[in-house]
Amino acid sequence: MTALPTRRDEEWRYAPVEVLAGLKALPEAEHIAVEAGATRPIYKCVSTGAANKVDIQRFQIDIAEGARCEAFFLLTGSGYKRLDIDVTLAEGAHFELGAVGIGRGEEVTEIVTRLRHVAPGATSNQVMRGVAMDQATITMIGRIDVAKEAQHTDAALGAKGLLLDRTATINAKPELEIYADDVKCAHGCAIGQLDEMALFYAQQRGLPMAEARNLLMQAFVAEAYGEIGDTKWRDHMTGYAESALRGTF
Amino acid sequence: MLQITNLHATVADKPILKGLTLSLNAGEIHAIMGPNGAGKSTLGYVLSGRPGYEVTEGSVTFNGEDLLAMDPHERAAAGLFLGFQYPVEIPGVSNVQFLREALNAQRKHRGEEPLSGGEFLKLARAQADAMGMDMEMLKRPVNVGFSGGEKKRNEMVQMGIIDPALAILDETDSGLDIDALRVVGEGINRIMRRPDKAVLLITHYQRLLDYVQPDFVHVLADGRITRSGGPELALELEREGYKELAA
Repeated sequence: MTALPTRRDEEWRYAPVEVLAGLKALPEAEHIAVEAGATRPIYKCVSTGAANKVDIQRFQIDIAEGARCEAFFLLTGSGYKRLDIDVTLAEGAHFELGAVGIGRGEEVTEIVTRLRHVAPGATSNQVMRGVAMDQATITMIGRIDVAKEAQHTDAALGAKGLLLDRTATINAKPELEIYADDVKCAHGCAIGQLDEMALFYAQQRGLPMAEARNLLMQAFVAEAYGEIGDTKWRDHMTGYAESALRGTF
Repeated sequence: MLQITNLHATVADKPILKGLTLSLNAGEIHAIMGPNGAGKSTLGYVLSGRPGYEVTEGSVTFNGEDLLAMDPHERAAAGLFLGFQYPVEIPGVSNVQFLREALNAQRKHRGEEPLSGGEFLKLARAQADAMGMDMEMLKRPVNVGFSGGEKKRNEMVQMGIIDPALAILDETDSGLDIDALRVVGEGINRIMRRPDKAVLLITHYQRLLDYVQPDFVHVLADGRITRSGGPELALELEREGYKELAA
């Protein structure tokens, strides 16, 4: 059991306190160790069924020398859902993340990662995409720590949000703490709406408004799954995301 | 085919079209020329139904139907195609997927069977070949990373695939070098020069008209057609400039 966090914890700053208060403790993190030289894929849908349900999934991932972990998530469904990933990368390791959060109604969705680059030459790439409708809140926080020893780290983090209604909220926050001096760390956050001109272009070519919107939303979330090498799984994940966008997951 | 009568339109409450009247019959190619800010692009957007372009007076019928009462996708399904002056980039959606979904949405609207993947690819390949566009480019996201000329060429490939009855081509010649201009001009002739089709060419310059002979040329100035004539009017405009003729 882990002690309950408070909103003073930066990573819980946007979480609904009333939901946290209802918990006795945080669920334990699932520990995943990727052995040296191995590749470990993870595909997971974080989805609760009911509006009052809480689903917090925590992962603690250790990636050994030269190993890879490629993790892809879809967060959808009602209630409060949170994906919490803490990754430690050994020398030459790689971590790949593609995470999509889709929120409607009053749902709260959180994608929170912490990457610890503790040894030289490790690389990471994180793509987060959030689509918020109605009064939903989506929070994407990516923290990257690069230790003094972790020279030649190459870390990239991109978090983008799509607000479909004026009443929806998206928080996106990269946090970088870098102690090594020869590293590449790229981060970008962008929150916007569907491109009006692209919507009109699609309609002019024949797509009804609803289909034009769907097409653009699908393209937006599909960016998170672009690095899935296994085409069968890539199709699965994009298919799940498409149904989630339609509200038929 | 298209009858525009006393059309007034505003953009952000600013009057742009001020009583435009124009009639196109099947089998005709009309060129609209005019100075910057005359309302040429606005005309294209109003006819295709872009949000924010508000008609305040007048009427437009397309094959006898009230065009202005239709949604943009209904106008497309009815056979109206707008070639964009600045074709839009859509990251994450391939040209093939985009066009197949668009074409099948149009077919569905008209009560026709959708094209299968194989049938569509055959059609797309034929149109890409005819425009000298590599099929690989059609598999890439819509217009992303395309040069200005490639975007315009892609508009013509789309027009060939969609096969509209009426094409409104908004400065399709801008940003093209001489070779691309010829290819695009030939594309317009090949796809649209038919007894059952019509074209409204919006352009600044005479040069596209060297490849696509218009039957009629109109001068659009300050939101109205101020002069109409045959192909010789375009040459006159090129010589004299708009200033003399617009008044």
